[in-house]
Amino acid sequence: MKNKLLARMARLGGLSSALLLAGCEMDVLDPKGPVGDGVKSLIATSTIAMLIVVVPTIILSLVFAWHYRQSNTSAEYLPKWSHSNKIEVIIWGVPALIILFLAVITYQTSHSLDPYKPLEAEATTKPLHVEVVALDWKWLFIYPEQGIATVNQLAIPVNTPIDFVITSDSVMNSFFIPRLGSMIYAMAGMQTQLHLMASEPGDYLGESANYSGRGFSDMKFRTLAVSGDEFNAWVDKVKSSSEQLDGQTYPKLAAPSEANPVEYFAHVEPGLFNTIVAKYNNGMVMDTSTGKMIQVQSAMSDMNMKE
Amino acid sequence: MLGRLSFSAIPLDVPILVGTFLGVAIVGLAVLGLITYLGKWGYLWREWLTSVDHKRLAVMYIVLALVALFRGFADAIMMRTQLALAYAGNPGYLPPHHYDQIFSAHGTIMIFFLAMAFMTGLFNFVVPLQIGARDVAFPFLNNLSFWMTAISFVLVNVSLFIGEFSQCGWLAYPPLSESQFSPGVGVDYYIWAVQLSGVGTLLTGVNFFVTIVKMRAPGMTWMRMPVFTWTAFCSSILIMVSFPVLTVALALLGLDRYFGMHFFTNDGGGNQMLYLSLIWAWGHPEVYILVIPAFGVFSEVVPAFSGKPLFGYATMVYATCSIMILSFLVWVHHFFTMGAGPDVNAFFGIATMVISIPTGVKLFNWLFTMYKGRIQFHACMYWAVGFMVTFTIGGMTGVMLAIPGADFVLHNSLFLIAHFHNVIIGGVYFGYICGMNFWFPKVTGFKLNEAWGIRAFWFWFVGFYFAFIPLYVLGFEGMTRRMNHYDNPEWHIWMLIAEVGAVLVLLGIVCQLTQLFVSIRDRNLPANRDLTGDPWNGRALEWSTSSPPPPYNFAIVPHVHGLDAFMHDKENGIDTRHAGGPYAPIHMPKNTAAGFFVGAFSFIFGFAAIWYIWWLAAIGLIGVIGTVIARSANKDIDYYIPAEEVARIENEHSRKLMAQAAE
Ligand code: HEM
Ligand SMILES: [Cu+2]
Ligand SMILES: [Cu+2]
Repeated sequence: MKNKLLARMARLGGLSSALLLAGCEMDVLDPKGPVGDGVKSLIATSTIAMLIVVVPTIILSLVFAWHYRQSNTSAEYLPKWSHSNKIEVIIWGVPALIILFLAVITYQTSHSLDPYKPLEAEATTKPLHVEVVALDWKWLFIYPEQGIATVNQLAIPVNTPIDFVITSDSVMNSFFIPRLGSMIYAMAGMQTQLHLMASEPGDYLGESANYSGRGFSDMKFRTLAVSGDEFNAWVDKVKSSSEQLDGQTYPKLAAPSEANPVEYFAHVEPGLFNTIVAKYNNGMVMDTSTGKMIQVQSAMSDMNMKE
Repeated sequence: MLGRLSFSAIPLDVPILVGTFLGVAIVGLAVLGLITYLGKWGYLWREWLTSVDHKRLAVMYIVLALVALFRGFADAIMMRTQLALAYAGNPGYLPPHHYDQIFSAHGTIMIFFLAMAFMTGLFNFVVPLQIGARDVAFPFLNNLSFWMTAISFVLVNVSLFIGEFSQCGWLAYPPLSESQFSPGVGVDYYIWAVQLSGVGTLLTGVNFFVTIVKMRAPGMTWMRMPVFTWTAFCSSILIMVSFPVLTVALALLGLDRYFGMHFFTNDGGGNQMLYLSLIWAWGHPEVYILVIPAFGVFSEVVPAFSGKPLFGYATMVYATCSIMILSFLVWVHHFFTMGAGPDVNAFFGIATMVISIPTGVKLFNWLFTMYKGRIQFHACMYWAVGFMVTFTIGGMTGVMLAIPGADFVLHNSLFLIAHFHNVIIGGVYFGYICGMNFWFPKVTGFKLNEAWGIRAFWFWFVGFYFAFIPLYVLGFEGMTRRMNHYDNPEWHIWMLIAEVGAVLVLLGIVCQLTQLFVSIRDRNLPANRDLTGDPWNGRALEWSTSSPPPPYNFAIVPHVHGLDAFMHDKENGIDTRHAGGPYAPIHMPKNTAAGFFVGAFSFIFGFAAIWYIWWLAAIGLIGVIGTVIARSANKDIDYYIPAEEVARIENEHSRKLMAQAAE
């Protein structure tokens, strides 16, 4: 019952915002994946709920101001009137009810849209794992299962849940693909998680949503949401590159660069991601599935620290 | 010898800065020359710079705030212009190094030196008068606070011409602000400017807290206190509780930078998330420190011009206090995207929305104050009604950002920038300017020109919507904040509209300056003079004094018989002033140069610390300590205004009142 109401309100909200902003490309309000859809209907529902008080407040401010202007001597004037229990109940009560409603959906959606929560489709489709490293000022994507890596280009198969694990080998950034929904911070020595999925093929903008210094404005990447076959073809294309990412080549990549072009690496040293996280943690890294700290052992664990 | 300072620190290669420097130098020399020509140095020094009179300090604070507004706005319009140009391969006219300093300086200056200084100016002027006190509790500290704020602002501006300013935004998040990533002096300028002004702010908080607790006139119980004083009280408490957190956060960052410690570094066990928590444990209360007094202004202005008491005074007080307390329970809403669990996020999200209940109640209280009133559309009322409309929208978008699920796409976008300018311009700025229009005649004895005031309002109001509605749209289009160029053609049109908005706001500022100029020029016209001290048929005690008030404010400390003390007395035929005496000599604090010198030495210390010129820093520090010791040893700090002098001043005012009444 309530959910139906919610859904209907969401649709109404979607419609009105669509009308309002017809013509421009609203990445966030025109999502291409389930997470984005959820966020969008949340925005629409909450906006409508709030408009219930906001619109009357604005109208009343203008109406009262106009009606009780000094020159309108026909308006009633009560120079001493300053209290009314009835009004007080209403002005506390109505906002409180709306906030109660919003609190309920806030609680629900904090859980349903939790970026750490695997997407429901995962039961049927095997998710794709992507490890993301924010560098100065570019994004490194490691595909551990495919053994490849790319810079500033992310390809994903549509209708497949993507499990991102995200860190930074520099300052704090925020990993964000507006068309797909939620963002999450990338921080050195830590791993954050994000679950997204594209339900429509397309070429979507990805960016950093947390300012990270000089080259921040160009710290963008393209997200290619493609069919399964096209994805496999793309993987093959990356694999045909002559570049490798290992203890030797990584520091060169990690050095600051601006407006970095797309790069493909046919082969990645296994465990690179963990090594990057561990170098800020005395060689320890948290296993995201068990929550235990483990010692990273790899050919690269003596990789020199950036500092 | 000069630490890190060398000739190359002067940005002779940046034409904009050289031009600015020449402009500032010419205007500065002209002002100094004018003062010399008029022979006003002695007057300025004795009557203003060393003054401990809260009314004079108020004026100095507000002048400082207006200067900060010009600097902050110059930054704003430069950013807008850059983004109107810099798309599709055009790099614009500001390289990242310069653009990044500008948004950092804009935020820092607007918050610490426009908003905080303006607010402190209003506190200073209004609070002692409203509670029937002769000054604040600690007049010397008050002067010291002013100088700490002023020299910090100078320090920020020195960074324009010597070295650079921070490129890490107004909150300097680490690890970007650590020396590994920001080795220059920019972040050090930021740290020292904010720390030194923080000393001033903290002392202000203590000062007003004590003043309000201890110095209310007899009969002024808590629930008879004017609402503006209530808001100053809550804001002072917030200052006392939250500013030390800021001080600690920046001190730890400073330890990292100066001594290679690892509080917030990536490695060595540092934790950047801790900094976010600390800075926002101050930062969120900070926005309430600013906006609560603006609510106070409206609570004075709307009743005065509606010819009615405030609707629901008690509700207003409870709402203010609950906002004060709740504002400490919400800081995590600034980093929902850091990966805390859904329960933590939901808690802080809901706590944030709960604040909107008392805030909404306040709006309704002002609405029902207008209801069945006789509203005089003075310029003040334009700002007030404009606020009600604008702030409501800002509040709504704030609640959207408080829902973690929605914040996951809106965080750090231009939607966020639109939201906080929506509340900070529509709330804080409109409020303070409303207050300035309201209390100006009390400060100076003449009114501000209304026509120009209303023009200024319209330009600001319309300009605001042009400048920031596009940013809401851009947020939905996925544009993040702090970008200095972009290649999405969809975004460009909105950036152009926002530029138009910035130009309209510029015209608004020009109207405000014209308003000041015209008002001062026409100050002696009979219609502009405020001879009674009560130009708006006011309700609180400040309107019972002459305009401007005598140095001692109240010859005889008033007795408070009810809420809206002065209105109560007027209605019941009580003479609040007890004109005719008998008068007693009045004990007053003496002006002192100590605050100025502590400020000056602190400036030297801060500048030297920024550049690692340790011998100079030592001189600065010794100077500060020496001045404080000298001041403490000084026993000659007060004097009495003789009863005859009080009688003369008071009788003069009575004569004026009588003449007015006869007219
Ligand atoms: C009056 C017209 C104003 C305009 C046109 C304006 C414009 C801007 C712009 C363009 C930005 C940068 C947005 C971005 O990151 O892309 C900004 C940031 C900011 N503004 Fe304003 N602003 C105005 C007034 C104010 C006022 C009155 C305040 C506070 C009292 C303020 C506080 C801030 C803060 C704190 C930031 C964030 C700075 C940062 O990113 O670190 N602004 N403003
Ligand atoms: Cu906040
Ligand atoms: Cu906010």
